[in-house]
Amino acid sequence: MTEIRSEIMQGTLDLMVLQTLNAMGPMHGYGIARRIEQLSENALVVNQGTIYLCLVRLLQKKWIKASWGTSENNRKAKFYSISKAGQKQLKTETEDWERISGVIGRLLQLTPGR
Amino acid sequence: MFGTLNRLQARIVAFFKKEEHDRELDSELESHLYLLVEENIRRGLPPDEAQRVARLKLGNVASLREEHRETRGLPIVDTLLQDLRFTFRILRRDLGFAVFAILIMGLGIGASALIFSVVNTLLLRPLPFKDANSLVWIANKKSVPEQTTQVGNLLDAREANKSFLEMAAYFAYYSVGDRKLTGESEPERLTAVPVSENFFHVLGVEPQLGRVFSADECAINGPPAVIVTNSLWRRRFASDPNLVGKTLRLNERSVTVVGVMPAAFDFASVFAPGSRVDLYSPFPLTPETDRMGNTSAIIGRLKPGATIEGAQAEFNILGPHLHEQHPERNEFQPLLSPLKEHVTSRLRLALIVLACAVAVVMLIVCANLSNLLLARNASRQKEMAIRVALGAARSRLIRQTLTESVVLSGAGAVTGVVVALIGVRILTRLDALSIPLLSNLQIDLVVLGFTLLIAFVTGITIGIVPALQVPASGINESLKDSNRGSSASRKHTWLRSSLVVTEIAFASLLLIGAGLLLRSFLRVLDVDLGFQPEQVATIRIEPGAGYGTQAKRNAYFDEVLRLVQSTPGIESSGLTDVLPLEGDRSWGVAAKGQVYDKDNYPEAFVRIVSDGYLKTMGIPILSGRDFTDRDSPNSEQVIIVNETLARRLWPGQDPIGQMVTQDGGRRVVGVVGGVRHVTVEQDSGNEMYIPIRQTTDFAAVELVMRTTLSRASLPSTIRSAVKPLNLNLGTSEFRTVQQLVDKATSPRRFVVMMLTGFSTFALILAALGIYAVISYSVHQRTQEIGIRMALGESARRLQMRIIRQTLRLAIIGVVIGLTASWFMTRALSGLLFGVTATDPASFIGTVTVLLVVAAAAGYFPARRASQIDPIAALRSN
Repeated sequence: MTEIRSEIMQGTLDLMVLQTLNAMGPMHGYGIARRIEQLSENALVVNQGTIYLCLVRLLQKKWIKASWGTSENNRKAKFYSISKAGQKQLKTETEDWERISGVIGRLLQLTPGR
Repeated sequence: MFGTLNRLQARIVAFFKKEEHDRELDSELESHLYLLVEENIRRGLPPDEAQRVARLKLGNVASLREEHRETRGLPIVDTLLQDLRFTFRILRRDLGFAVFAILIMGLGIGASALIFSVVNTLLLRPLPFKDANSLVWIANKKSVPEQTTQVGNLLDAREANKSFLEMAAYFAYYSVGDRKLTGESEPERLTAVPVSENFFHVLGVEPQLGRVFSADECAINGPPAVIVTNSLWRRRFASDPNLVGKTLRLNERSVTVVGVMPAAFDFASVFAPGSRVDLYSPFPLTPETDRMGNTSAIIGRLKPGATIEGAQAEFNILGPHLHEQHPERNEFQPLLSPLKEHVTSRLRLALIVLACAVAVVMLIVCANLSNLLLARNASRQKEMAIRVALGAARSRLIRQTLTESVVLSGAGAVTGVVVALIGVRILTRLDALSIPLLSNLQIDLVVLGFTLLIAFVTGITIGIVPALQVPASGINESLKDSNRGSSASRKHTWLRSSLVVTEIAFASLLLIGAGLLLRSFLRVLDVDLGFQPEQVATIRIEPGAGYGTQAKRNAYFDEVLRLVQSTPGIESSGLTDVLPLEGDRSWGVAAKGQVYDKDNYPEAFVRIVSDGYLKTMGIPILSGRDFTDRDSPNSEQVIIVNETLARRLWPGQDPIGQMVTQDGGRRVVGVVGGVRHVTVEQDSGNEMYIPIRQTTDFAAVELVMRTTLSRASLPSTIRSAVKPLNLNLGTSEFRTVQQLVDKATSPRRFVVMMLTGFSTFALILAALGIYAVISYSVHQRTQEIGIRMALGESARRLQMRIIRQTLRLAIIGVVIGLTASWFMTRALSGLLFGVTATDPASFIGTVTVLLVVAAAAGYFPARRASQIDPIAALRSN
């Protein structure tokens, strides 16, 4: 059972949750976890419970908001949605990632002996 | 950054909403699980398989809950609260230990706080004057006793110097109680200090009511004015807000009150500790006061930017320069020191010694309590081992042990503050102590902060050794039932023994210090003062204004002496203007026909006395005679000198019959022994006595009486005896000369008392420490003891063996302590009197006391050991 512990992995998970909420609108914990599983092809979240740790962190940083509602099958559930600050954070981090991946991509294109 | 702040704020909020958040998480997880199960069922899994897979997928709910709490709340506070709750539970179980620990620490911390507040008041805090760091005391090496300067020199130095903003002075030879206040209520004797016009201004003090002296009040024969001290204002005038402007009747003259000083300004506590000052009068700086000689005590305020070294350099040139210009004046060799230093330097060494002593006491307290905690934790090893086995982090256990000791020391600190408050109360009320600034002693925020710091450091120190005993490994050993003789427990014994050895070493350090100072004190008490203070009482008895002429005054003296002498119970009586250890003035004295060079002019302390004084005070007459009532203004002018002066003026010759140049010529008629009159520790120097009937140069008259009457009956007896003279003796107090001696030795007594108290405390703690360690060792070796006794060892031999073991510990400690003392007592030499820093009696005494106490402490466990039933011992494990 790998657990997501390190800061970097936490950051990645944060990013994924923000992206999910931004793209899909308000969701509850189960929905977010399933979506991330699908996207990352089951690599990232093995233990679904840890999503709640990530959610409470994001809530504290005020990047997402929460409210109680009813789910598809009429169960009471807590729905999370992205906040304005969260959207801004998402934008900043996405740009950072793209810049980094661009640099690494160019780096990897350098073939030896050139 | 805001992220962190937001999180912190959210954490604090979440901390208080624990239950609500827990419930919300639970319901979220429940929903989540339900959805997972549904998904699995849809995928085709059977229901219980769906459940199982779903649970696996969700993860460990219990640890999730915990982590959630940690992520959202304040885990530090949570663990702290948990630790505290646990600590209180543990301590309540072991209440006896807790009470003992808190008590011991309370005493130690209280003593530390008390000494710290004394050190703070005397050494660290600036004097209670504005910008006290720029105030300088200007002494005069050419005066006796080196503190006063002639007014003329003061005025010229004031004009010429460039270092000081201002220089002020007070008249240092004021007489205690020489202003008699008469009027509405009881007549009373008050003490007035003459001060220069700018005195209060230089110190930066403003009067609470009214104003300071004006220029004409400070002129010679100016309008009579006084300023009242705050304590007199409250005591005598009931804090009358309209006192300014009223007139008082002092020494039969009407004097106007022009001001009242604030309570924060206490002249006596800074300049004349242990005495009381009631009034300030003007000190004119004029040719008339210049004629009186070296009488002004000078205080200067440095200009901003000027340094005291620079000022000293300037004054080093100024002094001789003034002497050149005015050779008729007394010489002026200025010695500058910061005012603070001048006031407290006498006590600096004593205070440092006390501070070190109290630090040593705290170390002993720490060692003792550390030992006790070690013992307690030993019995909790199993509990610790189980907790570690169940997954507790070692750091957590260490933190919990430290919490315990910090809580104990916190409670000890609270107790300590109470102890310190009581101590301060006692000290500030003791005005038999001539220690400066004592009335400013208080437990303020600085002292409280210090107390907290000490408590915290103590707590950590006590707890650190037991805490580190928490097992990191070797849990198996602890969990087993019998763990005696294991290496862990041997290490444990070694640790405890070394703590006790440390205690003994420190205790011996304290004991030696206390021993040295105690012996010095006893030597001081034993010193030959040159007079016999026992059974001698004294009272002020000046003739009032009605005795204007010398003839009238002499008749008065005759009558007083006659009446008192004939009273039953009075062995002898006499008059003097100044009592030993109370005041001093000195004059130059020359033998007729001798020439001295400028630097070597003889000076002698002078007393104006009547016949009978020497006999009453028990001052031995070595040759010649005492004064008699026949030494009158009309007969030959005579003088009595002491041995030292006789040797100085007429070395190798018989002084009787020689002449001195005083008052136009006086003949020496007697030689007496020297009297210690400056301090008890100091020799007499040159002294001379002049008959009271042959001079008018005295300011006060004290009647001394050697009496067999009790202290209670003496006042009324004397009052009725002198009734015919219609004196108002109600204003004066009867004192004993012994009181003067006691007051002079009071600072030394104070230090000795404190040090003795500390040593006793340390000794008790060391004894308890030894007892605890030996008891434990006996308990550990019960089986072994049982075997020995079964094999035939007698109880006596067993006891001896245990006591030998005790003494071995004690000897190691004593040797360490003695060696340390050997090097450290040199630092005490400034305080010692009549004993060397390596005084054998103190060292031997300490060793003896410690060994006896150690043997006694070891005796009880030894006895218990010898009463062990061998069979029971063998059966135990």
